[in-house]
Amino acid sequence: MRRLLFSLPVALFVVLAAYFGFALFAGGDPHAIPSPLVTQPAPAFNLASLDGESLSREALAGQVTLINFFASWCVPCRAEHPLLMRLAEQEHVPIYGIAYKDKKADTERFITGLGSPYRRIGLDEGGRVGVEFGITGVPETFVIDKAGRIRRHYGAPLTADQVRNDLLPLLRELARG
Amino acid sequence: MIAELGHFALILALLLALLQASVPLAGAARRDLGWMALARRTALGQLVLVSLAFAALIHAYVTSDFSVANVFENSHSAKPLLYKVTGAWGNHEGSMVLWVFILALCGAAVAGFGGNLPAELRARVLAVQGMIGSGFLLFILLTSDPFHRLVPAPLDGRGLNPVLQDPGLAFHPPFLYLGYVGFSVAFSFAVAALIEGRVDAAWARWVRPWTLAAWCALTIGIAMGSWWAYYTLGWGGWWFWDPVENASLMPWLVGTALLHSAIVVEKREALKSWTILLAILTFSLSLIGTFLVRSGVLTSVHAFAVDPARGTFILLLLLVAIGGSLSLYAVRAPSLKGGGLFAPISREGALVLNNLLLTTAAATVFLGTLYPLFSEELGGPKLSVGFPFFDRTFAPLMVPLLIAVAVGPLLAWKRGDLLGALQRLWLAVAAVAVVILIGLYLTHGGPALAVLGLGLAAWVFTSALVEWAERVKLGRTSAGETWRRARYLPRAAHGMTLAHLGLAVTLAGIAASAWQEERIEIVRPGQDLTIAGYALHLDEVAQIAGANFTADRARITVSKDGKLTAEMDPEKRFFPVQQMPTSVTAIHTNLLADLYVALGDSDGSGGWTIRAYWKPLVPWIWIGAVFMALGGLLSLSDRRWRIGVAVRAPHAARAAAAGD
Repeated sequence: MRRLLFSLPVALFVVLAAYFGFALFAGGDPHAIPSPLVTQPAPAFNLASLDGESLSREALAGQVTLINFFASWCVPCRAEHPLLMRLAEQEHVPIYGIAYKDKKADTERFITGLGSPYRRIGLDEGGRVGVEFGITGVPETFVIDKAGRIRRHYGAPLTADQVRNDLLPLLRELARG
Repeated sequence: MIAELGHFALILALLLALLQASVPLAGAARRDLGWMALARRTALGQLVLVSLAFAALIHAYVTSDFSVANVFENSHSAKPLLYKVTGAWGNHEGSMVLWVFILALCGAAVAGFGGNLPAELRARVLAVQGMIGSGFLLFILLTSDPFHRLVPAPLDGRGLNPVLQDPGLAFHPPFLYLGYVGFSVAFSFAVAALIEGRVDAAWARWVRPWTLAAWCALTIGIAMGSWWAYYTLGWGGWWFWDPVENASLMPWLVGTALLHSAIVVEKREALKSWTILLAILTFSLSLIGTFLVRSGVLTSVHAFAVDPARGTFILLLLLVAIGGSLSLYAVRAPSLKGGGLFAPISREGALVLNNLLLTTAAATVFLGTLYPLFSEELGGPKLSVGFPFFDRTFAPLMVPLLIAVAVGPLLAWKRGDLLGALQRLWLAVAAVAVVILIGLYLTHGGPALAVLGLGLAAWVFTSALVEWAERVKLGRTSAGETWRRARYLPRAAHGMTLAHLGLAVTLAGIAASAWQEERIEIVRPGQDLTIAGYALHLDEVAQIAGANFTADRARITVSKDGKLTAEMDPEKRFFPVQQMPTSVTAIHTNLLADLYVALGDSDGSGGWTIRAYWKPLVPWIWIGAVFMALGGLLSLSDRRWRIGVAVRAPHAARAAAAGD
């Protein structure tokens, strides 16, 4: 019994290591695998928005848009924010934000403080829409085409390189098609 | 050429490390003094070789040798010299070289200052250090070569991430790594003790200063990181429960537990196997902290680039180091002789409570950090936990810890008198009552939890003073006698008082953040913004050019009641090489509160978004951390670490063991 107790730490560690291994090999990097939703129609949603209106899938129809999940409590979102601002201001990309598991007042403060790159912000306080989109954390960004299909999924903060080499060419292509 | 020399030095260091990991260990088993003595020389040799490699890397950075891939990717010729040097460890490969450099430093210190250690123990400790060194050097050489060349050499580099071009962050990693790697010595001592099957007071007397030193460095490192986050991220937060921050907090929590349990081993020879386990866990968490963020298992803003080959190697390394040491623990720990018995209410008992709470807190942080991973693999919804989880789990664990921290030092060893201790704390109780009453009166119905936090801070602060005053008989005997007592009181005791006072100061800083004020307004030059009684007058916003950036700099004159108090110049910088903006906040402090101003965007018609915060007591968070680290250092200078008790004690202990 006593010996068993002393083996507990190593047993726990083996379980933990198995998780790490699984995450590394079988599961892979959760941010690297393409979301199974890519090429699928975006999940339907209808959220109250920060400006007192609403944000739904139908409202996005007919244009190429970005959906960006973010939260005021998320540091990477702050890091990503200037890039989104530039996308919105210089490239005129329509970006719709979904505030994931965030209180309305906090979202409001975040936006008034940093400026809003978003055309409209849906409030997903319970995180349901996040689950529908299968996000693993915030920020994550989806590219939605004119037909309402998800065409690309970025599972981590966007980088300047990604925007230049991948996102902008894709948006141009989708806008033409 | 110099880069190749550096690479070669790393290879040689690996060979030496392999030698150090094997021969002295065999020597200790065979009691061959010659083989054991090899450990010292290889440890010193490693320091020379790794220093050479580290110097070669810094040389490549300083001379902007862009034929070295690592320099090309992380440096730029237009960067200030300071950041060229610190840029050497601001990336994955370079930071690993810094890691082994500190490891070599620790190994050489054990070899150099360990003259009074029993030969076998020293050989085994250094052998374990050699194993850790081999693992890391292999990792660097196989997956993260910092000296990889580019042909043809590019004309200029890509530049260091502007966020990292900051004095706070430049020196944050060395302190953090000093902490992480310093714990490797405690780990090596633990493994060596398990191999030998013996833990005694002399062992604890060796482990404690190392743990203390590592703990001090880690405390400073964490405080610097949080201070950096506070002044750069531009909204005044100072802790985000980000995976990378948590990775440094976990070894700190368990290391703090280790620090306290080692006292019990030293004074009472109890809690031996628990202390060994803590030593293993502390370093394991340091390893996990160093690696988790680089392996692709978790991602974070601060994380370095991810590469699957590295991930595999890292996992292997963790398996060998943590799995190996814990297996050894499972086999050998049950046979360790238990030491002195003690009643639940005693100094030992209080330290056990401290340990339980600290390790539980570390486990909570661990779960919270890895929860997204677990939840996903168990098929549950993909979740991430943020502030709410930590606020609800971490804080409740800290409350009993903070209550106990006041009582513990007043209890006697073996069997304490709780009632008596509490009676001696009447002054602390009174202080709590006063603070809470004043707090409630001033904020009437404000944040009750914050008032409670301040009350706790008063409790910890006053009781630390009471304990110290009792020791030196302050006010109960002549001033001369008190002075004499204070002088002859071990420095470790003064250190404890200082560290506990620091804890109280930090706690007060954290609690008071509930009363911060915040104004976000668009202001035109010539207009005012008022916050907490201060008038912030925006004089102008000017364009300026720095070495490798351009910036908008605001000039704000701050006055209170018509009197000029400060001039503040928050900036918004833009780094053209990386196409990245950063903000430089302006902070005016009077040590009781910070006035914190960040410049936002222009509204296009002459107005600027200004974010201003008034943060009461916030500097105390870091002042307290500095107190804690100073307390540790004071304790480190204690006489008993410096004199050679360690030589005689093992014999005495052995004789005692033979006697019973």
